[in-house]
Amino acid sequence: MFAFTMRRLAVAIPTILLLIVISFILMFAAPGGPFNAERPLPPAVLANIEAKYGLDQPYWKQITDYIYNIVVHFDFGPSFKYRDRSVSDIIAQGFPVTLKYGFWAFVVAVISGVSLGIAAAVKHNSWLDYLAVGISIGAQSLPNFVMAPLLVIVFTLWLGWLPGGGWNGGQWQYVVLPVIALSTSYMASIARITRSSMLEVLNAGYIRTARAKGLPTSRIIFRHALKPALLPVLSYIGPAFVLMITGSVLVDVYFSTGGIGYYFVNAAFNRDYSVMMGITILMGVLTILFNLIVDLLYAWIDPKIRY
Amino acid sequence: MALLDVNGLSVTFKTGDGFVNAVNGVSFSVEEGETLAIVGESGSGKSQTAFAAMGLLARNGTAKGEALFDGQNLLTMKQKELNRIRSQEIAMIFQDPMTSLNPYMRISDQMAEVLTLHKGMSKSAAVAEAAQMLDAVRIPDAKARINMFPHEFSGGMRQRIMIAMALLCRPRLLIADEPTTALDVTVQAQIMDLFGDIRKEFGTGIILITHDLGVVAGFCDRTMVMYGGQVMEEAPTDQLFAKPAHPYTKGLLQAVPRFDVDEDELRTIAGEPPDMSRLPAGCPFCPRCSIAKDRCQNQRPEIDVFGDRRRACHATLDEVA
Amino acid sequence: MLATGCNTADDILNAAHRSEVKGRSLWRDAMGRFARNRAAVISLFVLGLILIFAFFGQFLSSHDPAFVDFMLRGNIKELGGPSIENGHYFGLEKEGRDLYQRTVQGIRVSIMIGVIGSLVSVVVGTLYGAIAGYFGGRVDSIMMRIVDILMAIPFMFVIILLLVIFGRSVFMLFVGIGLISWLNMARIARGQTLTIKNKEFVEAAIASGVKPFTIIVRHIVPNLAGVVIVYATLLIPELIIIESFISFLGLGIQEPMTSLGALINDGASQLNRGTPWMIAFPLFFFLATLYAFFFVGDGLRDALDPKDR
Repeated sequence: MFAFTMRRLAVAIPTILLLIVISFILMFAAPGGPFNAERPLPPAVLANIEAKYGLDQPYWKQITDYIYNIVVHFDFGPSFKYRDRSVSDIIAQGFPVTLKYGFWAFVVAVISGVSLGIAAAVKHNSWLDYLAVGISIGAQSLPNFVMAPLLVIVFTLWLGWLPGGGWNGGQWQYVVLPVIALSTSYMASIARITRSSMLEVLNAGYIRTARAKGLPTSRIIFRHALKPALLPVLSYIGPAFVLMITGSVLVDVYFSTGGIGYYFVNAAFNRDYSVMMGITILMGVLTILFNLIVDLLYAWIDPKIRY
Repeated sequence: MALLDVNGLSVTFKTGDGFVNAVNGVSFSVEEGETLAIVGESGSGKSQTAFAAMGLLARNGTAKGEALFDGQNLLTMKQKELNRIRSQEIAMIFQDPMTSLNPYMRISDQMAEVLTLHKGMSKSAAVAEAAQMLDAVRIPDAKARINMFPHEFSGGMRQRIMIAMALLCRPRLLIADEPTTALDVTVQAQIMDLFGDIRKEFGTGIILITHDLGVVAGFCDRTMVMYGGQVMEEAPTDQLFAKPAHPYTKGLLQAVPRFDVDEDELRTIAGEPPDMSRLPAGCPFCPRCSIAKDRCQNQRPEIDVFGDRRRACHATLDEVA
Repeated sequence: MLATGCNTADDILNAAHRSEVKGRSLWRDAMGRFARNRAAVISLFVLGLILIFAFFGQFLSSHDPAFVDFMLRGNIKELGGPSIENGHYFGLEKEGRDLYQRTVQGIRVSIMIGVIGSLVSVVVGTLYGAIAGYFGGRVDSIMMRIVDILMAIPFMFVIILLLVIFGRSVFMLFVGIGLISWLNMARIARGQTLTIKNKEFVEAAIASGVKPFTIIVRHIVPNLAGVVIVYATLLIPELIIIESFISFLGLGIQEPMTSLGALINDGASQLNRGTPWMIAFPLFFFLATLYAFFFVGDGLRDALDPKDR
């Protein structure tokens, strides 16, 4: 298991470096420097500023310094727009917010999706099954930018139960709509995948053996069928995580939660490259680490994978 | 009283193309410690007969009739009561040992759960007992290997594990559904030897479901031949081999390759197995029968008991021979 | 010797011919399966209507999509609603322009982005996957490792980064979407190639000395068609969602151009101003287009890729 983990890490680290280098190259390929603002600055001032940000150094030095600072100090450099704030400050401010509702959205999507899928498969061809299939077909292709306004129309404008935006220190009323908006379509996909793989597993020979052994249904489902049925779900969770991270940008903007996506889009409007890069790299690292965890989980569940 | 007494068992599957009658009014009984062979081609309903008795039919299948075990009808039993009989009284072994064991669970967990559940044993005692049983079915180094996963064993070994698992609660009846079909010939013989030992050691009644008459000879007390979901003939095995009383049995016996007779070509039964969704009104074997008469087409032959044998055929015994 | 060579080539030609004939009957089978799928057939019909609407709908209205109706602009809430009399069938959007014309334009832009992006992915992804699968070994593992690495990158951030750095334009949007859309297609094409590679007609072509590239283009790629069509169809709505997502954030299509995502964004921003039609019409067409594509794609998958059922 240790060697397997190391081998996976050996792939993950170059991927992260590649991501950093690509975003760095993109930034330097930008027509005009980051300080080509509306008002052209006097050359002396520009040189001064560039020296302050280390932009007068050769490219390779800039890249290695950048990587060194991230790895050793968790420092993504200063914001190009807000001179007094560093990218790390901005991340420290926005990330906990995104993490909070993102975590709950993930938990809700997985737990409710898996439960719905299992229930539908076990009660195959019952009203519950049809309901689950209906929900998952309907919600699966409902993008979060459609979900979010719909939720606001129903729960804020119409019923008046929940606030349509803001964060308020993460009070639960403010977390509910972001969580639902972010989790619904993944819950639907997870439910659909769980249902079909559970149906397949329930037809397997070893489930018949378990029935012949006189095991109660609950034990058959949870001890014998759940693990194999969850393997396809597990391989979906990796890509779903990427999509949820992406979706969080929208939630942050639409619900004004002040999460990290809000800063990203703000930086995009302000051409604040260093903030955009920092957030992109952070999200990339998160994704890669998450995929690593999924890989390890997969190897742990499936005894046939040799590591 | 017989150990298992099946009366007028019918199994129907609801499919996209309508209803399929896999088993039609099958009756038989097995005594304590007796070995019964159920023989037939694939699709003859032999496996579904056993599945129905064990309550293991696929979702779209329903069983009618009676399957009395110790006088209790297995077909109408509640799930809970049936679960108490499964494993403890009747155990079952399946055709494909590659798919019958859960690939995601250790052998120890799969075997021990039978004992912890039915006998209320502790986990460690159950594992120890399971290892002993693996030893009894001659799995070398059972104590260490019990902690392995199924994919680490060969097909023959896995079938031994299945047998050991089935024997854990010392059932009175063991149903083996084509237990050797998926295995190599040499392994087949070893597994059949193992069944012989089990019968001697535990006095277990055995129903052996197979399409291979070669396996039946010399092992089973009685043999029942099925075709088209119906019983064609049943007799003590030696009598059935010596003097088949049904043209289908005769055809089957002739299709077994023999080494003592010099033949150029393997004898086969002409024609195709019947379409179970559209069975003929008369005898199901009629379209392939060489001595069929007019009434075979329209009238289903009744079961006719003579001595300790029975058969369902319109032809006289002399005509068959 | 020469004659033998000719024979082999003939055989291959014949074999190719035969497989083509067989191919046609397989296609007919697939069409039959598709026709029996009611949801897919209805969706195909709906999709046809939407396409006609997107490309010819502008002729049904006399308004110009860029024209701001100053007569009504001052009081959109009261006067700007959908109306047959003043010709604003879908009402006005927030700047006072005709929402009907804007919606027609938005559908057209969104569908075109989806279709063109999907075509790019078909060309790049199919060739990439076919080459990786056909050569196998080290070439395959390096090529697929690259795909793995690219897939682990949160592409939406990179697309937005691209758009910001190189300026927001439809072209950059295509480049960004094109960069990621071929990855899945490459994986699927590779998997399919691995199975086709061992078929007799490919072995026959190899044995008679046909060059690898010719084999890939002539023998492998045509046999990928079924799977590729299915996933290209399913990719279209996904790309529409990606474009709409970026436009919803206000970072995608720029004025005076518009897309469904941008229109939904405009409508959503006016939610509490009492002008529900602004979100209702774009949202309706957006969802109708998405579901139609998804159901048609699903129907095609059931028809062409039976192993997936």
